[in-house]
Amino acid sequence: MSGLDKRVYTYEEALEGLTDNMTVLSGGFGLCGIPENLINEIKRRGVTGLTVVSNNCGVDGFGLGVLLEDRQIRKMVASYVGENAEFERQLLSGELEVVLTPQGTLAEKMRAGGAGIPAFYTATGYGTPVAEGKEVRDFNGRHYILEEAITGDFAIVKGWKADHYGNVVYRNTAQNFNPLVATAGKITVVEVEEIVEPGVLLPSEIHTPGIYVNRVIQGTFEKRIEKRTTRD
Amino acid sequence: MALTREQMAQRVARELKDGYYVNLGIGIPTLVANYVPDDIDVMLQSENGLLGMGEFPTQATIDADMINAGKQTVTARRGASIFNSADSFAMIRGGHVDLTVLGAFEVDVQGNIASWMVPGKLVKGMGGAMDLVAGAENIIVTMTHASKDGESKLLPVCSLPLTGAGCIRKVLTDLAYLEIQDGAFILRETAPGVSVEEIVAKTAGKLIVPDDVVEMTF
Repeated sequence: MSGLDKRVYTYEEALEGLTDNMTVLSGGFGLCGIPENLINEIKRRGVTGLTVVSNNCGVDGFGLGVLLEDRQIRKMVASYVGENAEFERQLLSGELEVVLTPQGTLAEKMRAGGAGIPAFYTATGYGTPVAEGKEVRDFNGRHYILEEAITGDFAIVKGWKADHYGNVVYRNTAQNFNPLVATAGKITVVEVEEIVEPGVLLPSEIHTPGIYVNRVIQGTFEKRIEKRTTRD
Repeated sequence: MALTREQMAQRVARELKDGYYVNLGIGIPTLVANYVPDDIDVMLQSENGLLGMGEFPTQATIDADMINAGKQTVTARRGASIFNSADSFAMIRGGHVDLTVLGAFEVDVQGNIASWMVPGKLVKGMGGAMDLVAGAENIIVTMTHASKDGESKLLPVCSLPLTGAGCIRKVLTDLAYLEIQDGAFILRETAPGVSVEEIVAKTAGKLIVPDDVVEMTF
């Protein structure tokens, strides 16, 4: 219809242009709110040498874990990577480089990247191995370290609903890193459970405005639960 | 007798005040939620982006899109809000959370904490722990006083890589409640039936024992 219609209709189209050695930012916390079909499309395309930035790296056989099977990830930037036997194996054998980054710093790096801020000072990590090699500066008698922003060639995002303008809302805690990732990709691709007619999403309820979004696709999701806990 | 995990959670819960926003780490800190007194209202923050964590769901109401920082399925209580990870850590780093409770491997007399990395063992990551200890004014560390081999975890200097430097003022172990001030641990309370001598023997860092140490009751 117009240049503001971000819809694509196949996953192949959704990740058109993704090639070897690119940096991919992914939303999600554990298995909650992960762009599971876009991840599967990365696997299908067989691209390698990827740098992946995500809070976690999925589990064996689901989420980003599937990209480990064919060794598509060269470098992983994450805050916690404990749930994955293949990850552990590749890490210990040196096949996979890992940059462990405090969770709040990781979120802020992508927020800054999307907002045109090249770096920021934070107290997080001062005096720890995370601070090694980083500039330290004092503000008001406290120590802070300089952390650099992160941007990606592609950002892959899981939303709940979007309209064709690329306005996105997230559902419950499936929001997590997704809105931040969405701002920091050169090409931001959002997969959602439902693409609704324009006007259905109210302007004041949009989490991610369409300006950040290049492509939107509607998918179906398994939404695997990592730790099923109930009171009954 | 050393405190059970439940007693440790109960003791921490006595630090809660009406109107507090509280972040509870994984393990013993999570149990604190079971001992919030009936006459106060506190809001639990979960760093994946939930302020107002409620009880676990039922089988019928379980929701894959509603988890806590431990990746367990939870509910949102009345008055809850949900936000992105940068906002979540703005709350944490910005000092807006009134009380943070988390576990550790070691703490030392300078208020340093080590809780995420044992060299030579697989390192899984720090998650949000470094942000939590850097941002909070009021932190309680919960841990056992000594390792299974009897090695003290309250040290002159942490031996493991740090999670944060100079940020811990309060420690609850299975044997005692202590504060950290001016380069020393100060014994404030003993677990029921635990002698001061035992605590002295199991505290490697400088320990001050004031005259007014009290025994906890449950």
